[in-house]
Amino acid sequence: MHIVVCMKQVPDSAQIRVHPVTNTIMRQGVPTIINPYDLFAIEEALRLRQKFGGAVTILTMGPPSAEDSLRKALSFGADRAVLLTDRFFAGADTLATTYALATAIRKIGVEFGPPNIVFTGKQTIDGDTAQVGPGVAKRLGLMQLTYVSHIDNVDLEAGTIDVERRSEGGVQKLRSKMPCLISILEGVNEMRIGSLSDALAAARATIIKWSAQDAGVEDITKCGLRGSPTIVKRVFAPKPRAEKAEFIELGDKPGDAFVDELFKRRPKLEAELGQLTRGY
Amino acid sequence: MNDKAKAPAPAGRAAAKKELPEHLKAYKHVWVFIEQERGQAHPVSWELMGAGRILADKLGVNLAAVVVGARNEATQAVVRESFNYGADLAYLVADDVLTDYRNESYTKAMTDLVNAYQPEILLLGATILGRDLAGSVATTLLTGLTADCTELDVDAEGSLAATRPTFGGSLLCTIFTLNYRPQMATVRPRVMPMPERVEKPIGRVIEHPLGMVEDDIVTKVLSFLPDRDSTKSNLAFADVVVAGGLGLGSPENFQLIRQLASAIGAEFGCSRPLVQKGWVSSDRQIGQTGKTIRPKLYIAAGISGAIQHRVGVEGADYIVAINTDKNAPIFDFAHVGIVTDAVRLLPALTEAFSKRLSPHQRDRLAS
Amino acid sequence: MIEERFDAIVVGAGMAGNAAALTLARKGLKVLQLERGEYSGSKNVQGAILYSDMLEKLVPDFREDAPLERHLVEQRFWMMDDNSHTGLHYRSDEFNEERPNRYTIIRAQFDKWFSKKVQEAGAVVLCETTVLELLQDAYGKVIGVRTDRKNGQVGADVVVLAEGVSGLLGTRAGLRKTPDKSNVALAVKEMHFLPQETLEARFNLRGDEGAVIEAVGTISQGMTGMGFIYTNKESISLGIGCLVADFEKTGQTPYGLLEKFKQHPSVAALIAGSEVKEYAAHLIPEGGFKAIPQLYGDGWVVVGDAAQLNNAVHREGSNLAMTSGRIAAEAIFQIKSRREPMTKENLALYKKMLDESFVMKDLKKYRDMPDLLHIQAQNFFLTYPQLVSKAMTNFLRVDGTPKREKEKTTFRSFLAARSLTGLVGDAVRLARAWR
Ligand SMILES: Cc1cc2nc3c(=O)[nH]c(=O)nc-3n(C[C@H](O)[C@H](O)[C@H](O)COP(=O)(O)OP(=O)(O)OC[C@H]3O[C@@H](n4cnc5c(N)ncnc54)[C@H](O)[C@@H]3O)c2cc1C
Ligand SMILES: Cc1cc2nc3c(=O)[nH]c(=O)nc-3n(C[C@H](O)[C@H](O)[C@H](O)COP(=O)(O)OP(=O)(O)OC[C@H]3O[C@@H](n4cnc5c(N)ncnc54)[C@H](O)[C@@H]3O)c2cc1C
Ligand SMILES: Nc1ncnc2c1ncn2[C@@H]1O[C@H](COP(=O)(O)O)[C@@H](O)[C@H]1O
Repeated sequence: MHIVVCMKQVPDSAQIRVHPVTNTIMRQGVPTIINPYDLFAIEEALRLRQKFGGAVTILTMGPPSAEDSLRKALSFGADRAVLLTDRFFAGADTLATTYALATAIRKIGVEFGPPNIVFTGKQTIDGDTAQVGPGVAKRLGLMQLTYVSHIDNVDLEAGTIDVERRSEGGVQKLRSKMPCLISILEGVNEMRIGSLSDALAAARATIIKWSAQDAGVEDITKCGLRGSPTIVKRVFAPKPRAEKAEFIELGDKPGDAFVDELFKRRPKLEAELGQLTRGY
Repeated sequence: MNDKAKAPAPAGRAAAKKELPEHLKAYKHVWVFIEQERGQAHPVSWELMGAGRILADKLGVNLAAVVVGARNEATQAVVRESFNYGADLAYLVADDVLTDYRNESYTKAMTDLVNAYQPEILLLGATILGRDLAGSVATTLLTGLTADCTELDVDAEGSLAATRPTFGGSLLCTIFTLNYRPQMATVRPRVMPMPERVEKPIGRVIEHPLGMVEDDIVTKVLSFLPDRDSTKSNLAFADVVVAGGLGLGSPENFQLIRQLASAIGAEFGCSRPLVQKGWVSSDRQIGQTGKTIRPKLYIAAGISGAIQHRVGVEGADYIVAINTDKNAPIFDFAHVGIVTDAVRLLPALTEAFSKRLSPHQRDRLAS
Repeated sequence: MIEERFDAIVVGAGMAGNAAALTLARKGLKVLQLERGEYSGSKNVQGAILYSDMLEKLVPDFREDAPLERHLVEQRFWMMDDNSHTGLHYRSDEFNEERPNRYTIIRAQFDKWFSKKVQEAGAVVLCETTVLELLQDAYGKVIGVRTDRKNGQVGADVVVLAEGVSGLLGTRAGLRKTPDKSNVALAVKEMHFLPQETLEARFNLRGDEGAVIEAVGTISQGMTGMGFIYTNKESISLGIGCLVADFEKTGQTPYGLLEKFKQHPSVAALIAGSEVKEYAAHLIPEGGFKAIPQLYGDGWVVVGDAAQLNNAVHREGSNLAMTSGRIAAEAIFQIKSRREPMTKENLALYKKMLDESFVMKDLKKYRDMPDLLHIQAQNFFLTYPQLVSKAMTNFLRVDGTPKREKEKTTFRSFLAARSLTGLVGDAVRLARAWR
């Protein structure tokens, strides 16, 4: 079984600051991390490989420095890592990103065998669109299974896969066909710590680096800024909430005092809470 | 919009609006995808009708509701309802193959409709269904999609200006899809105000065939387990949420959160460290890597209010924070702050709420 | 135990560990470096000032790509009381030299860069790998380490302990004693971000120029301690540290001290309107020469903070760490090239070389300083700063009091607080410890 995991290196959003005057992002010193959602995808892929054998390929489109994150992914036990890096990819929106990733996955298929499953995380913490997965699926003609919370069964012979998928009002149990693209829900597994030998192998591994040309991109105008239909016109800091919290003192009967204060400030809540509790 | 926010497009290019290619000029009118699962329209769809109405009026075009679903009475009811929320007309793809949401069939229905009737703006809810569908529709149509918007407007030239948070909420950006049609956007639930519902007669309904039979669809739904039948958390949709953080000190103290939650009919949640420590299951985590909640009331006890937590709760109507540290960042965005030991206060709150919310309870306690 | 063996294992990727691993790898040894943080520097805290000289010995052209913040052109010493400070400023355009001597850095970034150099030199660097214990053979010789990873034991001829101030591994293996509380300071530090223009205006800086303020006085509430303010490109590193034993005695909290330091009018004006990120606390070994433990043994050497190599008086640590790491590596290489084993006798070479370097010479010079400052904390950190402030106010205020009268008042206040013998004694003791 061959599994490709799309993983992105993102700036740690906790560390991002906005310049108070120019409203631009101050990136100095902001560390980068593996998109936390993608960790669940990597782990799920490793578990499937444990069960069915095969190989896990990690794919990232990003700057050369994304090599660090790929190496880390390898230290968990992935078999190979591909870094898609080229100035032509810079400034890509999701449509252009899916073009580049889909092209690279095709090439990965040629080089290392066609994937049975492509995994993505639910979303990234910087782009935060959850669009790249569906886009890649569409471009490659893969079955699209998003928000998957559990992989119930994989039948390699029949080429079918059963999953539980989070949907709006509940959980869908779906049966679909491979090759498919799965975007995995957060929290469905716990990331392993790679063994010392995995870590050693990762530190010494050669990261496969592909330019647009290496990856087999035919139409460069579909990549990066040029290939992006959306245009970011303005980036600005949200208006900070004018007031901070209003502090209230509760005295010696804090419970009652609080309920009084709350319902005084938000009279509607009393009725709403009343309604909610009636069901209980 | 991934990498763009980091390096905003050069002003020259961003500002350049080419004349729209001839074949795209035909794209007119504002569409709202009415999301429904099993005959229930998602409230975000009506919120979008409100937002869509404003855009359509500014552009002087029609507002259309797009309904996709089983060929049954429930779907018809959703169509009728869309007129009560301001639709000038409705597009309908009704087929029993569409009973359950599946990406393949819904993507086909939507892309066929767009190709046939050519809207300039297409809005969807940024729900699980909406995000799943929007991504594949936009890729099929090779157009731009702005996800998870919090504000919509049209500029002087009639282009959609979609504003959305980025970098975990530290920034907002305004995104345009200038030279492609339709301009697509998904919008977070509870961001746009719910418009007033006005009883109106049903208007023009344009039906379009799906052109697909069950055998064409690879993915099969084996079963559906609605949330109300499960013990899984329903945090994302809860009206009231009570959550605890590391400040509670122990898993035992977290029980106080559960007790308060059950006393006021709330869902309970937690900050990430509690999940990592194994005190609470991961579906209860609130924040950037957990659930985004938009309750009417959020009570946070012993949570510092780190940015990753903040982005998950900022949409709450009213935030009450309990923390021993008056400088805790959570007080920067909570509405009401109480500086005290949560472990002592929580039981008092549970008791007071119980008394207040069910008068009979008091009698029972007394006896 | 995994099969592969290394010539040397370096525990820790701070200043000392990176210097050691870089030197060893450059000399062609097979090196494994283990770091518990997510990356080199992710957990490391420092003011931080970098001294070029020691880094040049390792990476001569570091100025080309190292993440340096500002080169220092101005040093200020402040003696503070509750609402004033008496200052000594030294600023010189000569510091705007081609190869400046001192820079501010941000350790998280600097260490990452340093670690890249180590990797380029051929060392295998594993992060997120904590060494849990040293592996010893029946004779007590250190033969490798056990990490927290699965199948996590790995062997080497020699282990370089560069684990920083806590020195847990060495202590656990019985190679050294736990550092004494009165020999360790606890420092807390915050980064305050300001727009570059604002920062430069407040500190009177241009381009990459930087300034440093070091402050003593009532800010440490009578404890042995010091506050500092360093300018980075677009942030200010600000912190304060005091001896751990003093914190215990006085019941003061480090955070409380830092808050008061920030509220001091002289400081508040410098950081007004800044955005605070990154609050960190870290220990500094301050025992000086007398606190240095055994530095080598069968199969091991210890370098940097783990060896208590820190010059508290001059606030130097990273340079001693880099130098000791490099020297240890050079000693190991010499032994290796003689094809001799890493025995205690052979590794004594490290100590010998270190004794000849500025590291031991400087520490020896100040050997009495830590004791003096600690015992006389009340006077040096509370009484004198207050007296000086009073004197300055008295001197500057023009209020019709004859000057001679003013001088008398000042002198009397000094005498009242500290008898004449006390004053003279303090001066002599200080001079002696400095010598
Ligand atoms: C990539 C990434 C993603 C993340 N995603 C999330 C996420 O989705 N959700 C999330 O929550 N976090 C997330 N985090 C973690 C986040 O940065 C914080 O570490 C976390 O939210 C802190 O949790 P806390 O507030 O419970 O704990 P702390 O920060 O330790 O705060 C505890 C608080 O309790 C107060 N307190 C102590 N005792 C009491 C008492 N007796 N009564 C009342 N108050 C008391 C303290 O003053 C303090 O403010 C993420 C981090 C990263 C790096
Ligand atoms: C607030 C403050 C300000 C300072 N200012 C200055 C200054 O301006 N100039 C100056 O020269 N010095 C300064 N110092 C001192 C300087 O920071 C230290 O002397 C120097 O960092 C010591 O380097 P080191 O490599 O010995 O230790 P560290 O830099 O502490 O590195 C130790 C490394 O070992 C790792 N580690 C520890 N245990 C394990 C384990 N079991 N397994 C794996 N890895 C482990 C740690 O994660 C860490 O990366 C300051 C210190 C502080 C706290
Ligand atoms: N540049 C990229 N390289 C590799 N995978 C990516 C990239 N961008 C997004 N992805 C994948 O697509 C998922 C959704 O991303 P997004 O649409 O940005 O929220 C992520 O969790 C990743 O798995």
